[in-house]
Amino acid sequence: MTSPAKPASLWEYANPVRFMRLSDWLLPVTAVAAAVLTGIGLVWGFFFTPDDFRQGSTVKIVFLHVPAALMAINAWIMMLVASLIWLIRRHHVSALAAKAAAPVGAVMTVIALYTGAVWGQPIWGTWWVWDPRLTSFLILFLFYLGYIALWSAIEDADTAADLTAVLCLVGSVFALLSRYAAFFWTQGLHQGASLSLQPGTRMDWAYKAPLYIAMVGFGLIFVALLLAGTRAEIRARRMKALVARERMQG
Amino acid sequence: MMPDLGRYAVEVMAAYIGSLVMLAGLVGWVWWRTLRTRRALEEIEARARRR
Repeated sequence: MTSPAKPASLWEYANPVRFMRLSDWLLPVTAVAAAVLTGIGLVWGFFFTPDDFRQGSTVKIVFLHVPAALMAINAWIMMLVASLIWLIRRHHVSALAAKAAAPVGAVMTVIALYTGAVWGQPIWGTWWVWDPRLTSFLILFLFYLGYIALWSAIEDADTAADLTAVLCLVGSVFALLSRYAAFFWTQGLHQGASLSLQPGTRMDWAYKAPLYIAMVGFGLIFVALLLAGTRAEIRARRMKALVARERMQG
Repeated sequence: MMPDLGRYAVEVMAAYIGSLVMLAGLVGWVWWRTLRTRRALEEIEARARRR
C-alpha cells in the first residue's frame, strides 16, 4: 500500500526549476483569464453603465482608476513580502519576483495617477493638488523608479537584492499611506474608500459589479506579468552564470 | 453602440485610450523581454553543450 502523497510545501517553488515548471502552465491560464475578465469589466463599465447624477460620464473612469491604484499598492506589498523572504530565507526566486513586479507596479501607479488627473480636471477643476493621497501616490511612484534604478545600478545580483529589499521596506510606508491617507488626513480633495463592507455603502451595484470584475482582471494581469517577468529574470540569471563559466574555462 | 459621453467625452476617452496604450506597452515589453532572454539562453546552452 502506498502512503498518501505529502502536500507540497510552498517553499518548494523557491526552486527555480520547480517554479519554471509550475509557471509553464499557470502563465497561459492566468493570461487568458486576465484578458477575458479585464475585457468584460472594462466593456461593461464603458458601454453599459449609466452616467452618475453628479459626475456624468466621468464615473466610467473608475473602472480603470480604482483597479490600477489597487494594483499599484498591492504590487508593492507583494514586493515587500518577497523582499522579506529574500532577507530571511535567501530564496533567489523571491528576489527575482520582487524585481519583476516593480515595472508592473510602476505602470499601474502611472495609470492611477494619469486617470486620476484626467478625472480630477472636470470634477475638482484641477489636474493635480497636493492632497495627502495623491502626494503619497506620487512618492510611491518615485520609490518604484528608485527601486528599478537600484537593481540596474548594482552588478552583483545578491547585493542588489539586499539593497533593493531594504529600499522596499522603507517604501512600504508610502504604499500603506497611499491606501490610508484619506483616513489619516481629512483635508484632502480625494474621497475615502469607494468600496466598503460597511452597511450603507456609497456605490450602486450597477457600478460595483463591473468594477469588481475589472479589479480581478487587473489582479490577474499583474500575476501573469509577474510570472512572465520572473521567468525572464530566472533565465537572465542562468545566462549570466553560464557566460561566467565560459569565461573561466577560457 | 458608442455610449453618449456628453460634455466629458474627451476626458473619458483620453483616460481609456491612454491607460490601454500603457497596459499594451507593458504587456509588449514583458513579452519582448521573455522572448529575448529565452532565445539568448538557448543559444548559450547550445554553445555550452558543444564545448
